Amino acid sequence: MSKTEFPPSITSRPVYGELEARSGSGHLMIADAEGAEAILDLAESADKDFWAKAHVIYIPKKTGTKYSSQLEELGAGQYYAGPSYEAAQSRIRRALQDCHMGTQVYLSGTESLMGQAMAEATAAGIPHTAIQTEHRGSTARRMQCVHCKGITEDVTTDPFECSHCGLSLFVRDHYSRRLAAFQGVRVDAEDPGNIPEKVELFK
Amino acid sequence: MTIQFNDETFHGDFTFKNSDWAIKRFPFPFHEDSYMYSVNMEPHTSYRPGSVFERTFDVDEHYVSEMKDRARVLANDPLRCQSLPHMTLAGWDLVELIMEAKAREYPDLFELHKDGNRWRWINKPLGIDDTFTFLDESTLPYGPMEYITRQTQGDFAVLDQRDDNLWMDAGMVTTQADWSLDFDIGMNFFEWHAPVPKAHEMGIFVRALKFLLNIQQGQPARRLNWTMTVNPLLDTSPENYHKWGVMKQGLTMENIGEKQHLRVELQTFFRLPRSNALVFPIRCYLIRFEDLVTVPKWARRLHRVIRDLPEELATYKGFIDNRPLMVEYLSQFDDGSPTSDGIWPDDD
Repeated sequence: MSKTEFPPSITSRPVYGELEARSGSGHLMIADAEGAEAILDLAESADKDFWAKAHVIYIPKKTGTKYSSQLEELGAGQYYAGPSYEAAQSRIRRALQDCHMGTQVYLSGTESLMGQAMAEATAAGIPHTAIQTEHRGSTARRMQCVHCKGITEDVTTDPFECSHCGLSLFVRDHYSRRLAAFQGVRVDAEDPGNIPEKVELFK
Repeated sequence: MTIQFNDETFHGDFTFKNSDWAIKRFPFPFHEDSYMYSVNMEPHTSYRPGSVFERTFDVDEHYVSEMKDRARVLANDPLRCQSLPHMTLAGWDLVELIMEAKAREYPDLFELHKDGNRWRWINKPLGIDDTFTFLDESTLPYGPMEYITRQTQGDFAVLDQRDDNLWMDAGMVTTQADWSLDFDIGMNFFEWHAPVPKAHEMGIFVRALKFLLNIQQGQPARRLNWTMTVNPLLDTSPENYHKWGVMKQGLTMENIGEKQHLRVELQTFFRLPRSNALVFPIRCYLIRFEDLVTVPKWARRLHRVIRDLPEELATYKGFIDNRPLMVEYLSQFDDGSPTSDGIWPDDD
């Protein structure tokens, strides 16, 4: 999967870069789905002793076992594969808590994964200069319904239905780092029932 | 008391009404016959006795009813008021700023008595007489920002200043033009303005931020902003958009004069002394079209501004669908004669 170029217009959206192996007292790597590719690419230039101090937390999502054995073979000091971000969350929090001064954090994969992990890392006091991100894979969005505040994951169409309150929402180009989500607003508020056809905007 | 407070509503039966006094002092926002974004800042100094620019925090006939409406909105959605933990000191700064200004400028309505850090605050219109210890949160019924902004008209964004940027880290937001504090809290100046079209490309926000970062203590600034609202709704929040959006339908030539309101924000900016935060009060004034057109100059000018407004702005401000009807209504009051410079009515 190629790297994604996002349109430059949304000033509230984070800018993602490219992971590179840095020197550090430890390396916490959190990735989902095709985000594994960014770690595998990084591995080509990392020193041999890099992996002994690394902790890899990986959520394969729809990629199944496509990348997991390659990731495991990198020989990280700790390797974990989990079924969902929610399932991995308490482990992520603990890993962030255990970070020492100089630990490097690497996030790769979907915006949802990076956004949530970034918020956790910031809350844990990791300086932003020690966090790298790289977008890979799906451009599906994590959306917050502005009306009921419920979060809907993996939104690929505009409009879409809120998975909590059921309203049809359009995707506003406004991103909150705190929520790691874009804003969803009722599409037919001014003309109830007049819901435009869904268009697949994100894949 | 000098002001007769209205008993009125901003929801349901919408009994909100401006008196002749309120119409005459309405902050009409257009100084010429067209409109485009600009960093239209000026010093917030006392100006034109009787106008909304006379006092630091303007109190008018809507005060008591607006505070009831705020309490109602907060009861329905407590997330309209939030303050990140490091913003408490700025909240106290705001308590001091508002209490001192109101007690000084409206001595018949508000009193502040200080005995060291022991303060007694009397708010006669709202029937409040509280004694508390300044900087001790446990002596107030709410956090300091929430306490004082439940007693002050207008929304409040309290902005932390760091890394050469401003951060929306606290606020009381119940009378907003379609933005969500709960979504925007923690964002920097560019992030929370992301949905605004055109202005980024025009460099508006870069210049505005530069100006705001340099605001000094005791030298507040102000500007006007505006939009359109059907029915006198203070709470046009995105949270409740699925309830009020539908009200934009059903405007006719017969009812537009009564239902369509010009919504003007008097935005002011103050540096706070202890926290070095910036407080950004956003005070909303509403006026029905049929009241506005009683001032001939305003009627002519509003017609021209709305008629010629770039489509993107009319869309962003949410009235693109109703614009033709607005223009048709307002055109009745525009005989084509010239209008004088500035925002004030001609008969002054």
